[in-house]
Amino acid sequence: MENVLLGLEVLSRWDVAIAILCGSIGGVIIGAIPGVGPAVAIAILLPATFSMEPIVGLTLLLGIYGSSMYGGAIPAILINTPGTPVNALTTYEGYPMTTRGEARRALSLAYAASFFGGIFSVICLILVAPILAKVAPLFGSREIFLAAVLGLVLVVIAHKENMLAAGMLACFGIFLNSVGLEPVKYTSRYTFDQSWLANGIDLIVVVLGLFAISQAYFLMSGDDVKIRVNKVRGNLFQGFKELSRHPVIAGISGVFGVVMGIIPGVGEFTAQFMSYTTAERMSKRPKAFGHGSSEGLIASETANNAVPGAAMIPLLALGIPGEALTAMMLSVFYVHNVIPGPGLFLYQLDFVTALYLALLILNIVVVIFLMFATNFLVQLVRIPNRYLGVCILALGFVGVYSLRNNPSDCAMAAVFGLLGYVLRRLDLPIIPIILGMVLGGIMEVKFRSSMSRVKEPLDFIDRPIASIIFIVLVVILLIHFLRVIKEWKPRKERKWTYRKASGKFGRLMFNRRRHMLDDRGKVLRDLQLMSPARKKED
Amino acid sequence: MLISAFGNEMLELKLITPPKPTRGQSVFAVCFLGFALVLFLLLPYQTTRVESATWHTQPGFWPIISITGMVIFGVFHLWRLPRRKFEKMDLKEATLWVRGFEFVLWFMAYVLLVPLIGYLPSTLIFVLPMIYRQGYRRPFYFYCGALFVFAVVVFFKVLLEVKIPGAALYEMFPENVRNFLILNF
Repeated sequence: MENVLLGLEVLSRWDVAIAILCGSIGGVIIGAIPGVGPAVAIAILLPATFSMEPIVGLTLLLGIYGSSMYGGAIPAILINTPGTPVNALTTYEGYPMTTRGEARRALSLAYAASFFGGIFSVICLILVAPILAKVAPLFGSREIFLAAVLGLVLVVIAHKENMLAAGMLACFGIFLNSVGLEPVKYTSRYTFDQSWLANGIDLIVVVLGLFAISQAYFLMSGDDVKIRVNKVRGNLFQGFKELSRHPVIAGISGVFGVVMGIIPGVGEFTAQFMSYTTAERMSKRPKAFGHGSSEGLIASETANNAVPGAAMIPLLALGIPGEALTAMMLSVFYVHNVIPGPGLFLYQLDFVTALYLALLILNIVVVIFLMFATNFLVQLVRIPNRYLGVCILALGFVGVYSLRNNPSDCAMAAVFGLLGYVLRRLDLPIIPIILGMVLGGIMEVKFRSSMSRVKEPLDFIDRPIASIIFIVLVVILLIHFLRVIKEWKPRKERKWTYRKASGKFGRLMFNRRRHMLDDRGKVLRDLQLMSPARKKED
Repeated sequence: MLISAFGNEMLELKLITPPKPTRGQSVFAVCFLGFALVLFLLLPYQTTRVESATWHTQPGFWPIISITGMVIFGVFHLWRLPRRKFEKMDLKEATLWVRGFEFVLWFMAYVLLVPLIGYLPSTLIFVLPMIYRQGYRRPFYFYCGALFVFAVVVFFKVLLEVKIPGAALYEMFPENVRNFLILNF
């Protein structure tokens, strides 16, 4: 209770209050514009927050992160285009409801479910915080190193369709982190004798390039889509009443959101897919899923809004970001010399509580804002894509240039933007590069410090938490490899069947041609010429 | 592991999402693998071996780990592609990537213009022609563009006080005006 009061005291400052207000409202607006998303906005605003106090900067970024999914539901429901990528599932249920003339119901339900998810995760965090305060000090260098490895493995595995690409891009991220002067021996690594590479490649430059500038290129090279949207009339509070009729689905989805948020590298997508499928299994009307089911909408919106709060746990307790947005937030900590990790829970619990309370308040602010501003936000989807691309590129410049006023940073960001553009066109993941960079840095430092205390390999996992993480890591890898092998056989069989079918026809034609042309064919042709029918004709 | 527990249902959901594009995949995979191999070959020249250091404190330890990972994953990625042979659509896709350099040039021109003529004028010079280049011709779009530029400059330079230095052009103005321009635009 004392910590809650201390946290409230921190939040009562005018600059923090303004940050919460701007972050939450700005986040909703950003989320409502398809093509922008929280990652782009946070990347652009990141350098600007460096001059602010950590609590002000973090509440601003947290506001954008936590509220963007509220806004993302608006275009997902009304025009079948998710405002943020994590609102993709909302389109499956929300848009069919709109086509039935139930847009208001869908929107109000999405707001209510998002609000429930957000509040649920914050309550969980407040309850979990004292436990974390006890457990976090047990994490030493070895444990943090193993947790970082686990995070990286989960990031790669989570990209199920692009796992190999995610692996190579994560390694590329680790490589990018290693460029520059090595921090202990001060020897250069991959600097090619260029002074501008001696300080290494800045994470913010890469983030801005891969998220903001690449998105601008992507939008500018695409086409505009003509959108027709109607006004939403009536009371938007009815969703809360409807949500209260589905407490089990909302509760389970909230739990999925919190658990998946805590696990590094898993995030909103898995949380919402799992809660959606669970809701479908539990529903009395599973056939309605995909055709405007209110339960499906509740499941997806609750789960994705429960993630941001939970994603802060590995970041604050261990200093390990689970996904790109928390990785960006980590840099705010570093700039201000606030080291997230076990010490934060021990010595700055008021700071941690203030962040959780900020999440709680921003959810309330967002819902109040949405009740009055939905019709305004609906109009934002009309901004043409290519026009939006120009705006993002101009904003991207501020982000990069304000870092060090260095044109070489801008050039690097522009090149990373081009790489991000290519990855977006190929539908390959960008996030592993960022997490590879962040976790690669953590792994390098923690591995070095932990190896100084290790004499034999088994010493590395002789402590209880280290051994638990190691076992989890091995089990995950084992299960994953078994699954790959299990899927391998039918896939290979399918491939063979396909090749056999197409190859068979080609081979048949080839053999027939060869047969007709070779000596045996010649004999046959001669025989055919000498056939009784021919002989008769002759 | 967690995903596999929901295997079939998740697969059904994934069927709703559009399949991954195949065009350009092989070009990217080959280029990435080539890049990784070049880095691998440069390892002895771009990292230093310190005699007194143990294997895990060698400066080249993490570059070796990461580049080896890039090569191994890169080889498997290329091998597991649905189609490895280059086709016309791959080259067409690669041409589109190269055309993306146009945006890089626009961006760099903007970057180089800022220290010369200032943040507000250079942003106007960048945004308005860019809007024209993107095919918007109605005056409405240009008015909105100008308003956007002004709002961005005020928000970042005045409210958030981000560090963007004054321009060479501002030196030509009287001191009072120059100070105002440096602080706000």
